[in-house]
Amino acid sequence: MSMPLPDPVALGLARGWDVVDGAALAADRTFDADVLIVGSGAGGGVTAEILALSGLKVIIVEEGALKSSRDFKMREAEAYPALYQESAARKTRDKAINILQGRTVGGSTTINWTSSFRTPASTLAFWRQRHGLATYNDAALAPWFDLMEQRLGVADWQAPPNENNDLLRRGAFHLGIATGTIRRNVRGCWNLGYCGMGCPTNAKQSMLVTTIPSALAHGATLLTRVRAERMVIKGERVQHLVCRALGADGITPSGKTITLRARHFVVAGGAINSPALLLRSNAPDPNYLLGRRTFLHPTLVSAGLFAQRVDGYAGAPQSVYSDHFLTQAPVDGPLGFMLEAPPIHPVLLATTLAGFGAAHAETMREFAHIHGLLALLRDGFHPDSTGGSVTVKDGAPVLDYPLHASLWDGARRALLAMAEIQFAAGARSVQPAHEMAGPYTSWAEAKKGIADLEYRVHITRIVSAHVMGGCMMAGDPERGVVDPDGRYHALTNLSVHDGSIFPTSIGANPQLSIYAIVARMASTLAASLTGKPAVRPMAEA
Amino acid sequence: MASRRTFLKAGAGASLVLALGGGVYRAIQSTRPAPPRQPFALAGEAHAALAAIVPAVLEGALTAGAGGDAARATVVDDVHRAIRGLPLATQKEVQDLFGLLAMAPGRRLLTGIAGPWAGASPAAVHTFLQDWRTSQFGLLRAGYAALHDLVLSAWYAAPGSWDAIGYPGPPLVAAP
Repeated sequence: MSMPLPDPVALGLARGWDVVDGAALAADRTFDADVLIVGSGAGGGVTAEILALSGLKVIIVEEGALKSSRDFKMREAEAYPALYQESAARKTRDKAINILQGRTVGGSTTINWTSSFRTPASTLAFWRQRHGLATYNDAALAPWFDLMEQRLGVADWQAPPNENNDLLRRGAFHLGIATGTIRRNVRGCWNLGYCGMGCPTNAKQSMLVTTIPSALAHGATLLTRVRAERMVIKGERVQHLVCRALGADGITPSGKTITLRARHFVVAGGAINSPALLLRSNAPDPNYLLGRRTFLHPTLVSAGLFAQRVDGYAGAPQSVYSDHFLTQAPVDGPLGFMLEAPPIHPVLLATTLAGFGAAHAETMREFAHIHGLLALLRDGFHPDSTGGSVTVKDGAPVLDYPLHASLWDGARRALLAMAEIQFAAGARSVQPAHEMAGPYTSWAEAKKGIADLEYRVHITRIVSAHVMGGCMMAGDPERGVVDPDGRYHALTNLSVHDGSIFPTSIGANPQLSIYAIVARMASTLAASLTGKPAVRPMAEA
Repeated sequence: MASRRTFLKAGAGASLVLALGGGVYRAIQSTRPAPPRQPFALAGEAHAALAAIVPAVLEGALTAGAGGDAARATVVDDVHRAIRGLPLATQKEVQDLFGLLAMAPGRRLLTGIAGPWAGASPAAVHTFLQDWRTSQFGLLRAGYAALHDLVLSAWYAAPGSWDAIGYPGPPLVAAP
């Protein structure tokens, strides 16, 4: 008989953490705090810990439920509905782009694939030059990256890459394309490969097992299954936040209202939900910037079929990357892209593969031999790449993301690059995620086929796991929603602390950018609210 | 077949049907005495449409595993459950999509299937899905994508489908 692993969240609850499940509320409630934080993901988690350590009374409100390692069964059937926005099927308005985003305590950090990159220097340079963000330079941010890397165990991945990642390394090597090893935020990782369904061993240093428990241990209150509906604003101040408790299904409002009052409010619901909350609240937006410039790293996918087993479901999902194609042109030139490998799980693969019926079933029978590659397009730099816009319809956020010629040009180059690498690694055939493509059995055939493909919405498969922007920061109040410290330009007691503040995409997986930039913002905020220097978070011994 | 293609080329007319279809279906549904916030459920022809679409999407997969009608019924149930887990606005969109498929004019014009869904041949369902997949109308392509994802997710999420694709399932995790 095997023993279950210890679950730090279950232990914390037993020790008396103040966690209120909205679905269990029998009556309307009102809560008071020094700081109210909307969202428990990368931005909300880091903010909550720093403020709570600094002696402030913090309330965190989360729309998702509190799930932890005892609930994480490594099954897509359970994980996607329970842990993701819209059951992992969130989409842009025209349904052209499927978006993976977390909706649980810990937000996307609970279900991400642990890839940790510092913000690329070229991205920060662009922000300084084009968006007036003078304090965003490598030297000023380095201590914050150091701090959060230590806090969250970000380190080089020591184990050999799994075959799915090693094929990227080998294929690129044959073509003279440099690759690197991805750093990961894990401690004592079992190398299982199920990060995307919630880490069953608590090795992943997500907000769920780091900053949120730390904040709760320092007196914070966590409200779960509670939807932030709108802030009530009078003059230059947010008065309170009106929330709706959700029912046991986590979707339908139960009819109970929760009123949250605080000195200061931090919005950290993630890009899409953060601008939507501000729009529902009629927050002042004199320059019509709210919800604009929303970026996705629009991502192309290519499947390669190999003679040997790849077993892409097993082992650390992302350990090899190549930024070669981000460096071939100026940052604002033709769209560059990052290459990475995705984990291969049955539902993820079946829904990404184009086609249906017998041909689809035949490809699925090769499941264990399929290699996946991703190309993440760096949006927000090219003059045509102005991103999408979030609006609100019947209270729900809608993201419109037009796909321009410059993006389709990048899509074509990305599918070509991935097919060439897969053939160089020994693929028997390559099938780009495109309704009219392949399978191709040689690089020569793929080269011609992919170049001649039609590129348009739905026909070319595009996905996203990185939503950024919509509450962009800028030095000039007329050009940004928030200032470089995350303070909302037109309101005195409101900040935005999540990926929505980025004025462009990052050009790499964004979690570490959010951790470090928000750690700096939260420390500045804590100091201004307490009159003392912020307390620095430390990793547990 | 010819008349459907002709209609689809008519453009404006098809767009109108697409825009109105869901609303008309919802209006009809809402006049029925149903309590609010009833769990999402496809009834009648909408249910029959899904039951006809499932074996077309899973051709080659369903037959490879345990047999026939029971497996199909399980997938239909699992698709229902998946839809009930979506936000209410999305549930409404899915309801609209099946509403179009349930109404005879919508079915005939947009899928080319002449009679009720229960009698639709697998070949006819395959043809309509293939047409929607690369249609000139974004709404039909999106409708195809929704059906593709709902049905394939339901099937491949179920452990019963894993043997056939060589997936051993998740590993055992327990304290040493």
